[in-house]
Amino acid sequence: MKTLKPLNGNQTIAEATRQVDPDVIAAYPITPSTAIVESIAQFKADGLITGEFVCPESEHSAMSVCIGAASAGGRVMTATSSQGLALMWEMLYIAAGLRLPIVAGIANRALSAPINIHGDHSDTMGARDSGWIHLYSENCQEAYDNFIQAFRIAEHMDVRTPVFVGLDGFIISHSVEVVQVEDDAEVKKFIGEYKPVYSLLDMSRKITVGPLDFTDYYFEHKRSQIEGIENAPAVIEQVGKEFGLTFGRPYGFFEEYRMEDAETAIVVMSSAAGTGKDAVDELRQEGLKIGLLKPRVFRPFPYQKMAEALKKMKAVAVLDRASSPGAFGAPLFTEIRNALYDYAERPKVINYVYGLGGRDIKVEHFKEVGAKLEKIRKTGKVEEMCGYLNLRES
Amino acid sequence: MKKETWKELPLGCVNVHPGNSRENLTGTWRSGLKPEFIAEPCIHCMFCWLYCPHFAIIVEDGVMKAINYNYCTGCGLCAEECPTKPKSIVMVKEEVKLAEGGKK
Ligand code: SF4
Ligand code: SF4
Repeated sequence: MKTLKPLNGNQTIAEATRQVDPDVIAAYPITPSTAIVESIAQFKADGLITGEFVCPESEHSAMSVCIGAASAGGRVMTATSSQGLALMWEMLYIAAGLRLPIVAGIANRALSAPINIHGDHSDTMGARDSGWIHLYSENCQEAYDNFIQAFRIAEHMDVRTPVFVGLDGFIISHSVEVVQVEDDAEVKKFIGEYKPVYSLLDMSRKITVGPLDFTDYYFEHKRSQIEGIENAPAVIEQVGKEFGLTFGRPYGFFEEYRMEDAETAIVVMSSAAGTGKDAVDELRQEGLKIGLLKPRVFRPFPYQKMAEALKKMKAVAVLDRASSPGAFGAPLFTEIRNALYDYAERPKVINYVYGLGGRDIKVEHFKEVGAKLEKIRKTGKVEEMCGYLNLRES
Repeated sequence: MKKETWKELPLGCVNVHPGNSRENLTGTWRSGLKPEFIAEPCIHCMFCWLYCPHFAIIVEDGVMKAINYNYCTGCGLCAEECPTKPKSIVMVKEEVKLAEGGKK
């Protein structure tokens, strides 16, 4: 039966996992995603999960178990954060290279040093080129909805690529919201049955998984891997629509908030987008024609749709909760600015790194950005292209 | 053997012809030295068989028979590990032929 439940972000991932009931769950606890693993262990102990629950000795091993189980033909999930994801690193590339549709819930958290347990996007952004699909969630409901859709996206025959579902550490992972939890049977029906193409357990068709590739095949294999994630946009769109028709909450590549007549826009992902929308409302009341765009899908990057949505703006500020030291702007900014390059008429685009290590971002900070955009709109001049928000400068 | 384009490859780098490393003649990697088997002092201890990284030691009914030069890379491990005095495997100079590539 579908019910409204008070759940925090971690519990929504566990709840969705219980409903999907994957064949194998392999995860190692790490703050702030520990409660995902904890809740799943409880479900398993209570007999509410039939799949295998494996507690390995590290995240590297957790992802290795996932890879083995998925190669054996199973539907597989895991969860982690920060250093845990970093420890999975080499295995992430292998999961993607072997086209295994593993789904991972990531309570996004900062990377050391210095040690910090709070939310930012350094972990998944660091893994952006590992070949995984990235979905980001603004709140607990979106984390739940994204996690269910992730299985459909990952397992689609044209895609067969692993998926990260990001939810901001603590801000979402530990905040309780009232979440619409759908009916168990409806969720199972929505994700359907998973049929692996190859299985190590299928003795009638013997295969070798992950053998050595020399200079004569590696390149072709890598190209065929890329095809999976490049096929993903159509599938993400289809699954998002179908999710809307089934459960009443449709999803696309990004959400546009008060963008219809906007002349300036703030682009921001995940939990901060909620605060951003409040700031947009206030700025609108003050007479600014400003909107907000919240990306949901970062890989594959919906560059055309994003550029179409932003090209008519006069000025755009892209807010990144991760830095890319030495790069010309942070990850989201470089994508968006690149996407706009071919348009004759395009906005000025500026970049702010914000919220590293869980530093709060408030309405007043968004309003600061709004005022800066308004100034650029009026003067056409950018004083500082890449800056920082809510950082002690002097 | 015709090599597949990226569109023709099975999903996920899976090798659907298990055991096809047999076609990969690692013996073409040899560059200057090759092991030579001298049956006389051999005690059939199987050290060479155990250490050979390329399964190039031919054993029949527990008896060391010969070296398979199709796969022997000339690494010299067998000669190094052979415990007999004098050695039952010695490395000898081999005229280097330019390899034609790993696969036939
Ligand atoms: S190591 Fe030497 S003695 Fe032992 S089986 Fe091989 S050749 Fe014979
Ligand atoms: S030289 Fe190396 S590859 Fe050749 S037979 Fe001896 S151990 Fe095997």
